[in-house]
Amino acid sequence: MSPAAAYPEAPLLALDTLWLQVAGTLCNLQCTHCFISCSPTNATHGMMSLDQVQAHLADAAALGVREYYFTGGEPFLNRELFEMIEAGLRQGPVSVLTNGVLIRRETADRLRRLADGSEYSLDLRISIDGWDAATNDPVRGAGTFDRILAGVGNLAAAGLSPVITVTDACTGASTPEGRTRLLQFLRDAGLVRPRLKVMPLLRIGAEETRTGGYADWETLRGRTLSEGEAEALQCSSSRMVTARGAWVCPILIDFPGARMGATLEETLRPFELAYPACYTCHEQGLSCRT
Amino acid sequence: MQDLRRAADGAAPGSAWRDENPSSHGGPDRRPVGGLGGSEEPGPIAVVPPQLAEDLGHYRRVALLGGIYSNHLALEEALKIAAARGVDAVLALGDFGGFGPRPDRTLELLRGAGVAAIQGNYEQSLSGGADDCGCGYTDPRDNHYAQISYDYTRAHTAPDHTRWMATLPGHIRFTIAGRRVLLCHGSPRKVNEFLWSSTTPAPFIRRLLHEHDADVIACTHTGIHWQRFIEDGRGVVNVGALGRPANDGATHVWFTILEASGPGLRAEHVPVPYDHPRLAGEMRAEGLPAEFVETVLTGWWTTCLEILPARERGLGLH
Repeated sequence: MSPAAAYPEAPLLALDTLWLQVAGTLCNLQCTHCFISCSPTNATHGMMSLDQVQAHLADAAALGVREYYFTGGEPFLNRELFEMIEAGLRQGPVSVLTNGVLIRRETADRLRRLADGSEYSLDLRISIDGWDAATNDPVRGAGTFDRILAGVGNLAAAGLSPVITVTDACTGASTPEGRTRLLQFLRDAGLVRPRLKVMPLLRIGAEETRTGGYADWETLRGRTLSEGEAEALQCSSSRMVTARGAWVCPILIDFPGARMGATLEETLRPFELAYPACYTCHEQGLSCRT
Repeated sequence: MQDLRRAADGAAPGSAWRDENPSSHGGPDRRPVGGLGGSEEPGPIAVVPPQLAEDLGHYRRVALLGGIYSNHLALEEALKIAAARGVDAVLALGDFGGFGPRPDRTLELLRGAGVAAIQGNYEQSLSGGADDCGCGYTDPRDNHYAQISYDYTRAHTAPDHTRWMATLPGHIRFTIAGRRVLLCHGSPRKVNEFLWSSTTPAPFIRRLLHEHDADVIACTHTGIHWQRFIEDGRGVVNVGALGRPANDGATHVWFTILEASGPGLRAEHVPVPYDHPRLAGEMRAEGLPAEFVETVLTGWWTTCLEILPARERGLGLH
């Protein structure tokens, strides 16, 4: 094998984080920057059943996994989500990634009870793409800004303080001025202790159509990873399960080569960083974790 | 304090064994062992590389001091309590500086009392000449205040103390009641990993204990004390912090006593009241941020908040 043509491999240093795509690629919104093109009709990955989730959770406990992230699609579309959260919280901290639109007051109260009932953390993470409808709605859909804020307000009223995720689709979000403006916006929205995570965009899926994909030179081909670089990659410490099996990470589930097997056990091996999105993780230090 | 200076039963100066420590920035190639008495007598010299676990043999009861953060007043009180409780040894889990005033006062006290110590990220950074504390924060505001702490501490730490930090091991091992105890700063695998109560679940603890050949892992770094035993005599104990209150609205600080209890062992978190208005005055005189002073006076954290998990964050005021 010529070193110039080879992609580096990310070792699995420790399986600390398990992602569960509980709602598959099904979503009530259809954001223009979604890297897995989720929509009301995209069933590439279907809903996970409670049985499936419990089986993966049992495997994860045996492997000593530290934390769980439930995502989609939109997790609150899954009718068994609360049972899944409860099952997760029995064995570790759970974060739920949501667009917030479906979080009514009683939903928030129920989440609060689940949080109070566990010795581990329950965290909600809500995506919004700007400080007003003019910035958010073109990306997430007409009218979504107000609906997301209503969900945030319901969580705040229940005493839950979600992490707010903003992507670079919101111009300036990652600058100090942008952060300051977003944090003030979140305080005004009723969050006493606003928490903010700004994420880079992944130019695959719908986002590839919106802004164009990766250029040929945006690749890790021929590169070698230092120990520190390997440790910084999320694929050195996490895996993803969907209704269709176990994958290297939450990002690459549209790529058949990123499926590592049916169970977590089969994913306990290195992964070749042959995908353009790997370039973003490496160059920008992207982690989907909070 | 003579008792505290005594090496444990059967502790052989050369008996350190290799222990994985992936984060090793800084430190010289060789270190003397046996100088647990600090600045007094050099003691028998054996030379082993730094960052290895030092095996201190067997104990019955020890005092474990988490991040001291230059709180020399609380350290003085904790040493008194520990002596009164009849501990065999006092061990410090790193981060002697940062946050508080006049770091040399803490270091003189610590070394003079013969406290056995491991490196925290602060000692790694200071002795390695790093430009930041390596605390592991991810938020810009947290990093801003962390940098103020580090720059102040670095400018006010005597070179002799910095050289001493370089000689400290990354881990210490000993046994209590036959249980293998491993002291680390953040976690056994990473000096600046945060082990919070709400994010360190039982299955993960089982894996850590297995991977690091320990029955009990004692750590600090987060600033909030907790313990979780997954079975009799096997678990993780975060010893808390002596330098900063536990973000619970109370001004006292904490250390932990680990002792034999019946056939097993138990961990007791011990509150340490101290003259916190005096510390606040010293911090003001040194020009340290008003936010830090507020924490000392109120017991609520005002900085380094973004790293907190949802549960711990929700229990604080800010």
